[in-house]
Amino acid sequence: MKFLRDTWLVFTRQMLLVWRTPARLVIGFVQPIAYLVLFAPLLKTALAPTGAQTYADAYRVYVPGLLVVLVLLSGFFAGFGLLGELRSGVIERSRVTPVSRTALILGRAFSEVVTLMGQAVVITVVALPFGLTVHFGWLMLAYVMLALMALMACALSYAMAMLIPSPAALGPLINSVSQPLSLLSGVLLPLSLAPGWLVAIAEWNPIYWTTNGTRSLFTGNPGDVSVWAGMLIVIALAALTVTWATRMFARQVR
Amino acid sequence: MIEVKGLRKSFTLGKRRKTRTVEAVRGVDLSVAEGEIFGFLGPNGAGKTTTARILCTLLEPDGGEAVIAGADLRKDPGAVRTKVGYVPQGGTTTDEVTAREELVLQARMYGIGKAEAVERTEKALAAFELTEFADRQCRTYSGGQRRRVDIAMGIIHEPKVLFLDEPTTGLDPQSRAHLWDEVRRLRDAGMTVFLTTHYLEEADALCDRIAIIDHGEIVAIGTPTELKHGVAGDVVTVGLNGSGPRAAELLDGRDYVRKLELGEDGLRLYVDDGTTAMPQIMRVLDAGEIHFDTVELHRPSLDDVFLIKTGRSLRDK
Repeated sequence: MKFLRDTWLVFTRQMLLVWRTPARLVIGFVQPIAYLVLFAPLLKTALAPTGAQTYADAYRVYVPGLLVVLVLLSGFFAGFGLLGELRSGVIERSRVTPVSRTALILGRAFSEVVTLMGQAVVITVVALPFGLTVHFGWLMLAYVMLALMALMACALSYAMAMLIPSPAALGPLINSVSQPLSLLSGVLLPLSLAPGWLVAIAEWNPIYWTTNGTRSLFTGNPGDVSVWAGMLIVIALAALTVTWATRMFARQVR
Repeated sequence: MIEVKGLRKSFTLGKRRKTRTVEAVRGVDLSVAEGEIFGFLGPNGAGKTTTARILCTLLEPDGGEAVIAGADLRKDPGAVRTKVGYVPQGGTTTDEVTAREELVLQARMYGIGKAEAVERTEKALAAFELTEFADRQCRTYSGGQRRRVDIAMGIIHEPKVLFLDEPTTGLDPQSRAHLWDEVRRLRDAGMTVFLTTHYLEEADALCDRIAIIDHGEIVAIGTPTELKHGVAGDVVTVGLNGSGPRAAELLDGRDYVRKLELGEDGLRLYVDDGTTAMPQIMRVLDAGEIHFDTVELHRPSLDDVFLIKTGRSLRDK
C-alpha cells in the first residue's frame, strides 16, 4: 500500500515536470514525424515485393517500426535523466525521507513510459491522414507491447547509468547496445526483405520478435507467432530489467 | 539529542590500479544537546558534509555509533529518517515547480496525508515569508528565497533535528542575516540544529557550540567563548610588506611572545598582554629597521583557535 502510494507520488511529480517542460516533448516528436512525412511515402514502392499495394499497406508496416524505435531509443536515454537527478540532489532530498526506494525508480520509469505512449498515440494519429488504418483492439494490444518495451528500455538504461555513472561513457555504451538491437530487428524495413543469414542472426534478438509482433498487430495478423512470442519475451525482459534496476538503485542509494 | 562515537568513513577514489583511499571522517565523537545550534566549522574537504550525510542516513559509516533523537543510526535508519530533516548544500528546489508544490510533495514523501500536507505547507509558507510568491515557479526566486524554501522543506515533517549543510554559502549579507534569524527561531521553538559552515562569523554569531574539524578529526569543541578563551591573551597582527620572515626571526623567542605565525600578509603574535607587548614589538621592529604598514591588537577570534590547533588559517581558503 505504502509502496503503491509512494510510486504514485513520484510518478505524478515526474509527470508534472514533463508537463511543465513541453519543449522536451516537442523535440521528441520532431524526428518521428519527419520520418513519417518525408521517408514513409517512399515505402509503397520499396515494400511492393512484400505485397504492399497501397499507402495504407506501407504505413501499416512502417508506423509500428517507427514506434518501436521511438520507445526503445527514448527509453534508453532515460538513464541520463536519472544521472542528472542523482547529481543535482533531487533524489537525495527524497532519500532522507522514508519514501520507498523502489518507488523512487519505478515512479520515474512509469512517467517515462506514459510520456512515450502519449507520443506514440500522437504519431499514430498523425499517420491516419496518410492512409494508415488499423483495428482498434489490436492497436491497443500493440500499445501494451510498446509500453512494455519502453519500460524495459528505461529500466535497462537506469541500470546501465548506475553501473557507469558518467554521462560521457554512458552515451557510447547506449549507442553500442541500441544500434545493433534496432538494426537487427527490422524497424526500418521488415527483415522479410533480408537475406537468410541476416534473419538467422536476427532471430536471436528479442527486439526482432517484439517488432514483428507489433507489426503483425498493426497489419491485422494477431494470430501470428511473433505476437504471443514477442509478448512473452517482452514481459520477461521487462520483469528482468526492472528487477535489476531496482536492485542496483537500492544498493547504490541505501 | 545527537550522540556520536568513533564515526569513521573513507572513500576509494580513482579507477582500477590507481586507487587511493581518502579517510574523510576519522573517529568523530560528539554530543549535541536538545535545542542547541551546533556548528561544524572547518575548511572545505574537512569532513563536515560527510559527517552530516552519515547522520542523515545518506551514507553508511564504516565504523562508529550514533544515536539521533533516540534512534540508532545503524540499526534503525528508517526511524532516524522520520526524526531528522536535511537541507543539502546548494539546495534542491526544481526550476519548473512552485514552492507550494515542492512543500506538499516533500510532506507527502514523509507519509503525511494530502489534507495535512496542504495545511502544513500553508503554515510553512507563512513562517518563512514565502506566501506571496508560493505559486510562482522556483526559477523566479532569489537565492535567499530559494534557500528558505529548502529549509521549509527540511522541517515540513517537524523533525527533532535539522541538518543544514553550508546554509548560507552564496547568499548576500542581508539574506544571510535573515537566515540566521530563521535558524534562531527554529532553535527557540525547540528544534536542535546541526549546521556545517566554513564561515567564522557564522559559527561565532549563530552557534551555541562549535566543533572545529580538520582532516576528518575534531580538533576543538566548545562554545565560541570557551574556544576563544582557550587561546589565552591577546593577538597582535603586524602588517608587513615582504619583510615578514626577517621580522619573525627577530621576534621569535622573546619572552613576551608566546606563539608566532607568519602569514602571507603579515605576522600574528600571540601575547599575554597586548598593551605591554605592543611597544616592545614595535621597538624591535624599529631597531631592525623593518618597515610595517599596520599594527593591530585584538582579542583572539575563532580563526586564531583554528590557526593554533591546525597551524593554518581558515581565511586563506
